[in-house]
Amino acid sequence: MGREKETTKVAYTVEQLVAFNRYNPDILPDLENYVNDQVSSQTYSLEANLCLLRLYQFEPEKMSSQIVARILVKALMAMPAPDFSLCLFLIPERVQMEEQFKTLIVLSHYLETGRFRQFWDEAAKSRHIVEAVPGFEQAIQRHAAHVLSLTYQNIPRTVLAEAINMEGLSLDKFLEHQVANSGWVIEKSQGRGQLIVLPRNEFNDPALKKNAADSVPLEHITRIFPILS
Amino acid sequence: MANQDFEERQQTQELGYDPNFVPDSVKSFVVHLYRHIREKNVYEIHQMYESSFQTLSERLFKDTPWPSVDAVAHYVDNDHVFCLLYREMWFRHLYARLTPTLRQRIDSWDNYCSLFQVVLHGVVNMQLPNQWLWDMVDEFVYQFQSFCQYRAKMKNKTEQEIALLRQFDQAWNVYGVLNFLQALVEKSTIIQILDQEKEGLEQFTATDGYDYNGGSNVLKVLGYFSMVGLLRVHCLLGDYHTGIKCLLPIDISQQGVYTSVIGSHITTIYHYGFANLMLRRYVEAIREFNKILLYIFKTKQYHQKSSQYEQILKKNEQMYALLAICLSLCPQSRLVDETVNSQLREKYGEKMARMQRYDDEAFAIYDELFSYACPKFITPSAPSFEEPLVNYNQDAYRLQLKLFLYEAKQQQLLSGVRTFLKVYSTISLAKLASYMEVDEPTLRTILMTYKHKTHAVDSDGKITSNADVDFYIDDDTIHVVESKPAKRYGDYFLRQIVKLEGVINEMDGIKLD
Repeated sequence: MGREKETTKVAYTVEQLVAFNRYNPDILPDLENYVNDQVSSQTYSLEANLCLLRLYQFEPEKMSSQIVARILVKALMAMPAPDFSLCLFLIPERVQMEEQFKTLIVLSHYLETGRFRQFWDEAAKSRHIVEAVPGFEQAIQRHAAHVLSLTYQNIPRTVLAEAINMEGLSLDKFLEHQVANSGWVIEKSQGRGQLIVLPRNEFNDPALKKNAADSVPLEHITRIFPILS
Repeated sequence: MANQDFEERQQTQELGYDPNFVPDSVKSFVVHLYRHIREKNVYEIHQMYESSFQTLSERLFKDTPWPSVDAVAHYVDNDHVFCLLYREMWFRHLYARLTPTLRQRIDSWDNYCSLFQVVLHGVVNMQLPNQWLWDMVDEFVYQFQSFCQYRAKMKNKTEQEIALLRQFDQAWNVYGVLNFLQALVEKSTIIQILDQEKEGLEQFTATDGYDYNGGSNVLKVLGYFSMVGLLRVHCLLGDYHTGIKCLLPIDISQQGVYTSVIGSHITTIYHYGFANLMLRRYVEAIREFNKILLYIFKTKQYHQKSSQYEQILKKNEQMYALLAICLSLCPQSRLVDETVNSQLREKYGEKMARMQRYDDEAFAIYDELFSYACPKFITPSAPSFEEPLVNYNQDAYRLQLKLFLYEAKQQQLLSGVRTFLKVYSTISLAKLASYMEVDEPTLRTILMTYKHKTHAVDSDGKITSNADVDFYIDDDTIHVVESKPAKRYGDYFLRQIVKLEGVINEMDGIKLD
């Protein structure tokens, strides 16, 4: 596998380094560069970033606050996955006390508790942190749309607008896109503005959930084998 | 020679015992153990390791170390590997009964290095009991954790200790520890072996890891247990995602070599469950805790004589505390077996009722149970040797506790919502908001929090619902869907069939005059 390439001096990809050489301090600069790559190319690797945070944990004097901040913004963008917490578990408390990390922790708190209005207000105040990472806004909007689709079958336009922080023309455009690509439907409700019909899934329509409760696992049946024989 | 005698006498006086005195029983112990190892008699090795070693320790070495390896070496042909194994046990006994000095901690690290290097170079042809191999990995990780705790208490270190710490900065270095475990996993090719076994090309689990074709089981089984060791080290570091990943090659939904040793079984599930708890995958944690607690309940009587009985009981209690936490955050008691549930109610029933509230007292209990049941987190980095010297042994624990309580706080309103949802099939947002004494927009955020927190994301990004009571909102009406506890008729009938058979058998046995 990755190992065999050593002799031919083919450069490792960062993913290979993380897979085969993850407890090696020498890969730290590669991983730092890789964080910047992820930011500019709008890609994401939790494995690689956790690996880097681990190396920082082993040698705190090598830690770069700027890189850590980028990792955390990327982790926020991975919501609803718990990546932000996973990163915080590895970052020493005194580092978390830095102003920019405090802000990110507040942002995460708003997302974790469904308070999108406060989230967008706070994000607007901290542009310098979040705007350094392209795709931030879209990623959070995607997350908001995800939580809404777990929660609602039909949602008032105003509630949607607040959660994804869009209004007027840009919201119309967003809706147009969702109607075309994600099965959303726009309904006029009686005099109260638009109502958006979100596609049914097993979470906003639990009747769709498959029912596996009626089956009996084999290991239970085996209990009566001696009797049957 | 005379000089040496004098030195030895002096040493004896200082220590209060003679490290080089070998009682006859110890001589016989090493001679026999050595012979059984050479003859690959796993059964006898296991007997000597499990019972003779304990008996001798209890009788002769209650509060002193075993005789030094130099004193016994000539009884075993100065066999290099045997001496390494003897020293490993020697240190293990020392750690268990006495307080190791820094020098001894460093020496024990050196001994592990030599031992693992010998194993990794494949020159070991022994067949050792799984119990022993597990104990090696377990002890290795334990001594690493113990060293980190010890090193982090900088305040009371003597100048001599600090000098030693600086000089031997590679001892119990976190890279070294992780790389040894990783090397054992890779060199043993255990992951490939387990893969091939699934296709029927190899036997490992079926033989409990033993090699009946004349080969050695040592590297393979050490590699296998090292995956559990890696899970544990990563949990100690707070890296739960990577920890679970390290365990992936072992299918814990089935029996395996990890269940062949009770200590390994418990360590695996305890850390796996804890990691899932921290990842908010409560249902997975509940399921695994339930299984192992039931297993311990049914089998603990067989372990009463084991040297690990105390440990088993301690972990048992800790896992009940973790289960109480999981069920308070995710009330899915139908996942829990009746036996386990009644134990749980007995131990934590009252506390769990209080955890359902969301006042300071509830958080005090979350704090108490977490602190009691969590792993002994470590700070892996070397201390700063600059004055003033500070203790940092609590830092890692405090961080994990703080983040956990933060999570519990984010979920504090959810048990309130759940209570209301349980009694309605539909309710308007306005009405529920007034019951909960919040405004409508706030209620919407609480409902979204409920959805977000009850829907776990696994490592593939797949979403699963952990909710017992679920709902959806249609415009401004909430529709409640209670997932009905599946009536397990099948299970019930199977139980009754077995019961009836028992009664019939009993009746058959009665002789009527």
